[in-house]
Amino acid sequence: MRGLTWDRVTSILLIAPSAIAILIFVYGFIGWTGWVSLARWDGMLQDLTLVGLRNYQKLFDTERFQIDLHNTVTFTLLFLASSLVIGLLLAVLLDQRIRSEGLFRSIYLFPMALSFIVTGVVWRWLLNPGSRELGSVGVNLLFDKAGLGLLKSGWYTDPSIGIKAVAIAATWQMSGYVMAMYLAGMRGIPEDLREAARVDGASELEIYRHIILPLLQPITLSAVIILGHISLKIFDLVSAMTGPGLGFCTDVPAYFMFDTTFRGNHFSQGAAIAIILLLSVAALIIPYLVYTARTEVQR
Amino acid sequence: MKGFRFYGFVVALVVLGMIAAACGPTPPPAAPKGKLEIFSWWTAGGEAEGLNALYDVYKKKYPGVEIINATVAGGAGAQAKAVLTTRMLGGDPPDSFQVHAGHELIDTWVVAGKMEPLTSLYKSEGWDKAFPKGVLDIVSYKGDYWSVPVNIHRSNVLWFSKKVFADNKLEPPKTFDDFFKVADALKAKGIVPLVMGTKDGWEAGHVFEDALAGTLGAEAYNGLWTGKTAWTDPKVTEALNNFKKMLAYINTDHSALTWDGAGQYLIDGKGGMMIMGDWTNGWFMSKNFTGYGWAPTPGASGIFVALSDSFGLPKGAKNRDNVIAWLKVLGSKEGQDAFNPKKGSIPARIDPDKNLYNDYLKSAMADWAKDAIVPSPIHGAAASEGWATAYKDTIAVFVAKQDVAATQKALQQACVDAKVCK
Repeated sequence: MRGLTWDRVTSILLIAPSAIAILIFVYGFIGWTGWVSLARWDGMLQDLTLVGLRNYQKLFDTERFQIDLHNTVTFTLLFLASSLVIGLLLAVLLDQRIRSEGLFRSIYLFPMALSFIVTGVVWRWLLNPGSRELGSVGVNLLFDKAGLGLLKSGWYTDPSIGIKAVAIAATWQMSGYVMAMYLAGMRGIPEDLREAARVDGASELEIYRHIILPLLQPITLSAVIILGHISLKIFDLVSAMTGPGLGFCTDVPAYFMFDTTFRGNHFSQGAAIAIILLLSVAALIIPYLVYTARTEVQR
Repeated sequence: MKGFRFYGFVVALVVLGMIAAACGPTPPPAAPKGKLEIFSWWTAGGEAEGLNALYDVYKKKYPGVEIINATVAGGAGAQAKAVLTTRMLGGDPPDSFQVHAGHELIDTWVVAGKMEPLTSLYKSEGWDKAFPKGVLDIVSYKGDYWSVPVNIHRSNVLWFSKKVFADNKLEPPKTFDDFFKVADALKAKGIVPLVMGTKDGWEAGHVFEDALAGTLGAEAYNGLWTGKTAWTDPKVTEALNNFKKMLAYINTDHSALTWDGAGQYLIDGKGGMMIMGDWTNGWFMSKNFTGYGWAPTPGASGIFVALSDSFGLPKGAKNRDNVIAWLKVLGSKEGQDAFNPKKGSIPARIDPDKNLYNDYLKSAMADWAKDAIVPSPIHGAAASEGWATAYKDTIAVFVAKQDVAATQKALQQACVDAKVCK
């Protein structure tokens, strides 16, 4: 190369602290967690004797963890599907050049400004089942007043609903964000394309179906990645809204990890859950990174 | 331009220097003698007032010391324990911290070699005579004492609405049979017989420990936690069946409520009974509710399921002398009588000034003096935290599935995992 110019020296010096910090505090600790997850550290006395995959084996045998995995899959599928559909729908509606579009855009986007803790507390009240003796509250009260008592349910206290109620709250918070992404994408599609299609006799529905949606594919992919990793790691919403729930019907791996590490002092088991979470998020993100890297090279 | 680049280099160096300075070791506090950091989860109502009363006693005696009140909010210390674990393992222990006396202290911190024994302090302060034997047993391990208990709470209390009971001409039940009769009578009137809140996950385990004590009796119950009574015992099956029957009488929205949220049923006269520790007494007072009565839980008359908050001396405490002075205040009659009437618990000492306490606490003191004292698992006295967590999770699943055989097997397995049973 052309030797060390001041430019290169300063740029290396400027980037070095964060590179070193990330190397230690991110990758170093991932490695440390991986090691702990293979060790026999169970209690306050640090014990780093390796025991192979025994912690993982035991974890998958634990009923609570099996329920958690099941819950995570349910939650992720529901949350992704409903956020994408509602987000797209809102974006299409806002795309119709309605009046005071800015106002509606803000309204739909506002929930995202809240933290999951706030959302959790609010939805805990809204979806509180109430009881026969003390009367209905929240959404159930609304159903009562509207004469729709049939629709009342136990929400998150009903094990057959459980985590799905949490997905409602998460969807409420994140679908506005998906809408913003889709709307930006739609605005990026040149008007000429629509015009051309109209000239060719395509109906508005066909335009969305055959032109807009295919062009929005990269946005759908980004949305799936962003929502997906939020959903796999979800903790704060569950913690504020329901806790582990009746028979763990709203429990998630991250909550179990906190419980077992800091209440049960099972450090190795906690580390094993952390590694499984990491792997599941990696399974989602790495193909995406590879894909974007490839498309960038092609460009 | 050249000058600019050099300037950039200087900026980079300065930035690096600042980062290095920020990462460097922080200098130790200048005057170690002047501070005392007390770590606890006492942030709410009566608890915080009790803690402040202790601080006042301390400040009067040692005006030069500045107290740092390090509290982490959250019932039963769930969040505080996570912070404490991080600090202890990170080599930055608070000067003294709140911990449930018994296995939570012993198995978590003493066995790991993180605490200093307090035996000489017990001798010099005469505490080995001031505390009853039941308490001394709980705080000792391998012949040493490890923490100073500041209070005693009772787990097995059945609270009931006096109005509901009087309206329906009912008496507080003494046995499980009585309990189910009373429950049926209340249910027929459209009143929730037993109110429960299970949102935080530990409350069902709390009610079940009292059902265990009520079904097995003091000695066999104690044996469960020491390995002398097998978890496969038919009596445990009976306790599970009793508990299962109780679950048929609870409010439908229990998993949406915390224990205090459930208490609202009693205050509103819509619920008849509630099983919860005697901190409920303080909560009722804070709600200006006076129409409540109390009795031991079914089958457990003469049994006092106890838990105790205590403070110890971690190794490497920065202000050791101040901690010793703090512990002396905690163990003194003056300190315990300042703290407990506000916290709503009874003193661990045997010589309190009874006039300072309300009616409930007077009756608890009387029971404390004559009942068989047994430890609570869910509140850290009977079992290690690992075991207590497994026990809690098992009972949480039981509330949903109500499978007696599978639960009994899981309870046995938890005992084996804790290396108490074989």
